[in-house]
Amino acid sequence: MAYTGKLGELVKKVEESRASRVGVHYPRMSQEERQDVLEKFHPDYNPNGFRDIKVGVNKGARMPVEMADVFESWSRLRDTKLDLNADPDYDVDVLIIGGGGAGASAALEAYAAGSDVMIATKLRFGDANTMMAQGGIQAADKENDTPAIHYLDVVGGGRFENVPELARALVMDAPLVIKWLEDMGTMFDKKDDGTMVTIHGGGTSRKRMHAARDYTGAEIMRTLRDEVLNKGVTIVEFCAAVEIILDSKGRAAGAVLFNLETEQYLIARAKTVIIATGGSGRLHYRGFPTSNHYGATADGLVIGYRAGAKTIYADSIQYHPTGGAYPPQLLGLLVTEKTRGLGATPLNIKGEQFVYHLETRDVESSAILRECDERGLGVPLPTGITAVWLDSPIIELIHGEGTVEKQLPAMMRQFQRFGVDIRKEPMLIYPTLHYQNGGLLIDENGLTAVENLYVAGEAAGGIHGTNRLMGNSLLDIIVFGRRAGRHAAAVSKEASTPEGLNLDHVEAYHRELEETGAADGRVGPVLLPHYTHR
Amino acid sequence: MSDEIKMVDIFIMGKRYTVPETLTIMDGMEYAGYQLKRGCGCRAGFCGACATVYRIAGDFELKVGLACQTKVEDGMYLAQIPFFPGRKATFDLEEIKPSTAHFAQLYPEVYRCLGCSSCTKVCPQDIDVMQYIAYIQRGDFEKAADISFDCLMCGLCVSRCPANIVHYNAALTARRLYSRYIARPDAFLAERTKAIEAGECDAEIDALVNSNQAKLQEMYNTREIE
Ligand SMILES: Cc1cc2nc3c(=O)[nH]c(=O)nc-3n(C[C@H](O)[C@H](O)[C@H](O)COP(=O)(O)OP(=O)(O)OC[C@H]3O[C@@H](n4cnc5c(N)ncnc54)[C@H](O)[C@@H]3O)c2cc1C
Ligand code: SF4
Ligand code: SF4
Ligand code: FES
Repeated sequence: MAYTGKLGELVKKVEESRASRVGVHYPRMSQEERQDVLEKFHPDYNPNGFRDIKVGVNKGARMPVEMADVFESWSRLRDTKLDLNADPDYDVDVLIIGGGGAGASAALEAYAAGSDVMIATKLRFGDANTMMAQGGIQAADKENDTPAIHYLDVVGGGRFENVPELARALVMDAPLVIKWLEDMGTMFDKKDDGTMVTIHGGGTSRKRMHAARDYTGAEIMRTLRDEVLNKGVTIVEFCAAVEIILDSKGRAAGAVLFNLETEQYLIARAKTVIIATGGSGRLHYRGFPTSNHYGATADGLVIGYRAGAKTIYADSIQYHPTGGAYPPQLLGLLVTEKTRGLGATPLNIKGEQFVYHLETRDVESSAILRECDERGLGVPLPTGITAVWLDSPIIELIHGEGTVEKQLPAMMRQFQRFGVDIRKEPMLIYPTLHYQNGGLLIDENGLTAVENLYVAGEAAGGIHGTNRLMGNSLLDIIVFGRRAGRHAAAVSKEASTPEGLNLDHVEAYHRELEETGAADGRVGPVLLPHYTHR
Repeated sequence: MSDEIKMVDIFIMGKRYTVPETLTIMDGMEYAGYQLKRGCGCRAGFCGACATVYRIAGDFELKVGLACQTKVEDGMYLAQIPFFPGRKATFDLEEIKPSTAHFAQLYPEVYRCLGCSSCTKVCPQDIDVMQYIAYIQRGDFEKAADISFDCLMCGLCVSRCPANIVHYNAALTARRLYSRYIARPDAFLAERTKAIEAGECDAEIDALVNSNQAKLQEMYNTREIE
């Protein structure tokens, strides 16, 4: 029994009301109610969480305070003298920064096009958000579905704020991506005749969510990584990019890397550069816990922005309604949407349901925050925070004993490790910081406003408007990773070795920081979060 | 409430630190003052970056676990194994087949398993590692793929194997062979891919891309849901 003392008493209320809740349909919110709960409780609508950035190519843009803080920071190279035009430590056609799904996809395509490719990555190759995705990946590859139908879901979900050409590229390439992965030996869930098993996800009008059990991202990542290693692409691990280098014509020409272990700076010269550094959950906006991996600290956004790439929808953050809250070891951990899909419902301290369990992520999260904050009906935890129950045992009442074990093995294992048997005991959850909807603006080839500088994956913005649907991110990282890799390879073929390597843009950025006094003593990018002695 | 939380002594590479008993090994190291570089990735049991060996004072048994998925215990002596020099055979998937002959060229050591079961005992994912090695030996790539699927590639099995087998890489190759050659390809997916490449889906999507928002919104709100 994981819940003792006060929690042990409270869990009884959940058990008492359980039987009476089976088969009872809790009403969905009306459009007005949704708007109301979002405006009052969604962190994106809370003006205190945001401010306008004072420097750079799109100064005046709204960002989460914590993101603006790292954007308005001094370069790590402020007091370091580097000879950028001496013999570089690495000299390649295509430099890829970040070894997640987007980076690996870009590497494979650039390699296939004959380029000399290198991946520099901050942690190990594959230690990335891609590895953590459980749910699935979307693609319109069924007879009752088309890329156009997928498109409508993408832009409707994205509140019609998507860049149309990017959303078009996403859905049109989707089946090609699934085929590419299938040919590479990715173990998708299939029927005996080879047909992909696909299900619904939040906001889909067709069943087009492909999965590899509940380790979809891990299966994709380890397959891509294995293939990159097969090709012999140069991988430099534990080396974080800390600045983009430009050439005399203002084109991207490499990056300054920081060897985390020896603490030396290294110069990588390249004809083209692809930023594939992923998300920013580890900036913990508004103090929220996060589902993201250790290295998700917005580094690529910061250095790309300093080099002149614009941001888009940097103020749009996705909170996942069901992050782990207790035991404390599970704080922030993603509890897959499938748990609610199978019928688990959020409950307050009285053991009562307070929201329909399958509202959209933003609405569901807001309703949970309202229950804890305004209504004071959250469950107080020994760790000092409040949470709500997610009644997982009801799944066994609805679908029969054994369902949890069969359908949610990873979830069951993770909670079991810390003493909670989710077949018999409810989970404790709280919204967790999950995904960065915006990022650096790209075109269909992943190119930014800076010549020869590309962005792919979660670091890119515009594809999903201001709200990404589940299953479209794993898709986007591969679609745009591949596109950026191909385009960068083609450009590199025509290009000569870059000359006049410089960091003038960083100096100019520093001057703006000095004029505005914006930076205080902050230095960025962050590279690693600080959790020592919390 | 924090004074209710009990403190325990852990020994990181032999050095004592006092930390709250509710922490994972990973959090415990950070609480003790370590800024982790290696040995930390997803922090959620997915990436296998955080393999750790430990022994509890007074106990003879050497235990292993994932630092992000294991709680600290009083008297825990621990060290991380953030890297293990496991070999990966490189191959061209189009040139090999799911056959014992091909596999033996890539990973000959797989056929030298001693049946000691150390790998199975050590796996934090509770995978029957020895069994998937046995399936590979028999050329049953389907079963090997199936039971090895949850492998995080943490390397703990490799660290214990007297036959120098690199289980996780062998298993990954088995899964790729199974998925490429034994599982059937999705027939309609191939058709759809060809249709897109031939431009057959362009007209329908371009009509949407060129629509104004009001039109899109109406279409979205009235769309048919499967
Ligand atoms: C728990 C979880 C579950 C998810 N589930 C789903 C799902 O079911 N379906 C879906 O579609 N999406 C899902 N997502 C979202 C999706 O997984 C991610 O958005 C996507 O994988 C990001 O891929 P990426 O390659 O852009 O970034 P990542 O995979 O995060 O890779 C970025 C890489 O860059 C490295 N890096 C960072 N900074 C630097 C630097 N300064 N220098 C060098 N390297 C650096 C990082 O270490 C990392 O290796 C989920 C995300 C999480 C966290
Ligand atoms: S099979 Fe080996 S590498 Fe895979 S999870 Fe188990 S111990 Fe780790
Ligand atoms: S540890 Fe090595 S030798 Fe022992 S059973 Fe496992 S694979 Fe065989
Ligand atoms: S840090 Fe990824 S498994 Fe522990």
